[in-house]
Amino acid sequence: MKDKFDTIGKSIRKIDSLGLATGEEKFTDDFDFPGKQNLLHLAILYSPHPFAIIEKIDTTDAEKMDGVVDILHYGNTSRVLYTSAGQGYPEPSPYDMVLFDKKVRFVGDRVAMVAAETPHVARAALEKIYVEYRQLEPLFDMEKALNPDAPKIHNDDEYMPIPSVYDISKNLAAEVRINFGDLEKGFSDADFIIENTYSVQYANHCVNEPHSAIAYFDERGRLIIISATQVPFHARRITSKLVGLPIGKIRVIKPRIGGGFGAKQEVLLEPLVALVAIRNKRPARLVLSREEVFVSSRTRHPMRVKLKTGVKNDGTIVALDMDALMNAGAYGSHALTVLANAGSKVLPLFNKIENINFVGRTVYTNLPVGGAYRGYGATQGYAALNQQIDIIARKLGIDVLEYIKKWRIGEGETSPVFEALGEGKEGVKQFINSCKLDECIDRGAKAIGWYEKRDKRIRNGDKVRGVGVAVAMQGSGIPRVDMASAYIKMNEDGSFNLHIGATDIGTGSDTILAQIAGEVLTVPVDKFIVRSSDTDLTPFDVGAYASSTTYVSGNAVRICAQKIATQIISVAQKLLDCDEENLILDNGMVRNIETDESITFERIGYYAFYEQDQFQIQAGASYYGTESPPPFIAQFAEVEVDTRTGQVKVIKFVSAVDCGKAMNPKLAEGQVEGATLNGISYALWEDYKFDDRGRMLNSNYSDYKIFSAADLPDMETIIVESYEETGPFGAKSVAEIGINGPIPAIANAIYDAVQVRLFHSPFTPEKVLEKIQNKK
Amino acid sequence: MNGTFIINGNSRNFTFPSDATLLQVLRENGYSEVKEGCNQGECGACLILLDDELVNSCQVLAGSAIGHKITTIKGIGDIHNPHIIQDAFVESGAVQCGFCTPGMVMATYYLLQKNPMPDDNEIKLALSGNLCRCTGYVKIIQAVKLAAERIRNEG
Repeated sequence: MKDKFDTIGKSIRKIDSLGLATGEEKFTDDFDFPGKQNLLHLAILYSPHPFAIIEKIDTTDAEKMDGVVDILHYGNTSRVLYTSAGQGYPEPSPYDMVLFDKKVRFVGDRVAMVAAETPHVARAALEKIYVEYRQLEPLFDMEKALNPDAPKIHNDDEYMPIPSVYDISKNLAAEVRINFGDLEKGFSDADFIIENTYSVQYANHCVNEPHSAIAYFDERGRLIIISATQVPFHARRITSKLVGLPIGKIRVIKPRIGGGFGAKQEVLLEPLVALVAIRNKRPARLVLSREEVFVSSRTRHPMRVKLKTGVKNDGTIVALDMDALMNAGAYGSHALTVLANAGSKVLPLFNKIENINFVGRTVYTNLPVGGAYRGYGATQGYAALNQQIDIIARKLGIDVLEYIKKWRIGEGETSPVFEALGEGKEGVKQFINSCKLDECIDRGAKAIGWYEKRDKRIRNGDKVRGVGVAVAMQGSGIPRVDMASAYIKMNEDGSFNLHIGATDIGTGSDTILAQIAGEVLTVPVDKFIVRSSDTDLTPFDVGAYASSTTYVSGNAVRICAQKIATQIISVAQKLLDCDEENLILDNGMVRNIETDESITFERIGYYAFYEQDQFQIQAGASYYGTESPPPFIAQFAEVEVDTRTGQVKVIKFVSAVDCGKAMNPKLAEGQVEGATLNGISYALWEDYKFDDRGRMLNSNYSDYKIFSAADLPDMETIIVESYEETGPFGAKSVAEIGINGPIPAIANAIYDAVQVRLFHSPFTPEKVLEKIQNKK
Repeated sequence: MNGTFIINGNSRNFTFPSDATLLQVLRENGYSEVKEGCNQGECGACLILLDDELVNSCQVLAGSAIGHKITTIKGIGDIHNPHIIQDAFVESGAVQCGFCTPGMVMATYYLLQKNPMPDDNEIKLALSGNLCRCTGYVKIIQAVKLAAERIRNEG
């Protein structure tokens, strides 16, 4: 373990931040590109019905309009089944959609798309497309989806590209079952049984930059796609398949991205702009409106969790039965893997439970489509588990913090769940190398004032305060699935080009990865010219998801930089004429530790380029993770409940996180702060409101409220460092975990204040007040 | 329509449809530093100064701004000579994806002109029209405080 670093652990300025703060950096829709004056603007016609067959589509009048160039629909596009989930190949998501289908499955499903000379004409033409729908009976209630008489959302040739349970005759998009020990015996040994049903709701990522993509041809006739994507390489592969152009004829460029959170781990717009560009040999641009982002892109999967636990009076959980029902909406993007994570990222945290049954099912409904969303199933699972743990500890009459510390997973320990449940396949057996959860709990408790406030019900008129806690873990990439790569070359002045497939979506990964390379090569971040996520210029990386970039891509960069270091030393050895064993990199030079003689990288660079046995100092490396060390977090909420109105206000929120070694503490804190506030906003406010025809009623920021600065509670983030031996310089991950705690921590704090249990988020004044009144 | 605007001190003449918003006209003419996040006046990504008032440019008809002075983020500082506020955002770690940053910086610029010593609540209120999903606002508020302090010290 290395404990002294030059670059790692320093809050280096994010390398793109000044360009962003001065408006110089470019997002997708900010680019000039060849042929821009010839650009086609796109507008999409969406289904007004939740479930219908298109009997007839008449585009004659629209085609006659001045400026309309092309209209795409099921009748003139090929039917290729795919999933929009931007995952590895083959995707562990059902191939259940086509670009334009004859059947529409939710209000917001694509019916047709117009390409026109101006945005105004494109939109106006939508009104001249006449569609005859034959409406079908829709299915909105996920609890009824598995009933034999329920409408079948998919009933054609849809299929799952990997071996996995998938049954469209039952609306079943995915199913996961694991079982250990003897559940019945476990329950019969229990002194008491706690059984509750929890649920979490639809939510939107609310990426600040709407989904955007541009396609054009370069001077050699290759298709260039600029896209707001978290997964440029997957976007290239999936687009290639859908538009019938070889991968080698497509280049995907990821510029600056205005927020991802999973929303852009979805291949939504790239095939559309590509298809229009190919059909018309003209550039095409598509930027979704805010309403389109809400309705037609992707959402948090709603989930209902039935949790039954058998407990001994000494606190031992002798049996745990978890039944998770997840709503995919109309298409099954990430339907299997989000579901699996509700078990695999959640159950191992309390690894002493010997008898476990987990049944997860994802079902189709005629509602908006779920997808990847920060937390990715763990958020849904922890909402249930952390409330259940609070209930158990209260029933036992012991402090929940002590309870968690006694029963949580620890260093050197494992859980059978790791091996049983993976992402789309079996998991990977792993032991916990680093876990500072107890310290997270202790420091978080101190910061929130746990022992001064818990069970005190401090009252101020109608308002009562309470505190609650939640704990969680996540992963660091998907083991035996995720691969990342890096390429480095040295210039003769001792600067380096660092090319990474990794996708910086605002997280700061370009900076973090330069810090990792800089640590190996003993030079500051400004010695690196970083280029990331351009499928022509950078090596492959699966993309920004699963909290993988620092750990997986970081390891690739570390290995790559070590290869460069070896080459630098071999040149230095010639110049200094000594044993290589005596040479080390030191502050941008190579130093002979025996003689203290030094030589600069610049001298080495000039020698390698121009003097003798000339060659380019350069290397590439890949990393393929076989483990996914979990970060850990303890999150504490202090709330004030207005017993007259039911209003819940979060007064203070503390997150104490063990993310391994924090590569850049300010950026790590920023990840936790952003995830946490997103979680608080979700816990209290955010939800999709539908009318009785499945139409979203609140598809704008006036009606779908997210937290603004004015709503911000007192937030405190504590980084509790551990050192993960398998990570680059001790790192694990930090991007998602902070969103897992707010729902249960706030629910537990509400109980602490007013002794009512809110099992179903969001915790609106109406729900809270009803509970308070029913209690009386 | 046709009209001349004074943008970041330069006189510029544009032709545009009569129903075009100021945001559209700015973005179509190369001022891509003004961002479009919602086009409904709710997210603050398109904030600019119109004369000396802070406005969501998506809610202003371009025709109504003819002849007026417009300041975008590039009008207060650039990469070679950044404004104290821009530097403070960078240094505080207040820039994650950076899409909200131009609007946040403009709102901060406006606030600090009116109130050089804002407290936390005044900062939160001044930024309440700017949505950010990345940062949880914590470091943005720190950046505003840092900028205020540095501007006062310079003053």
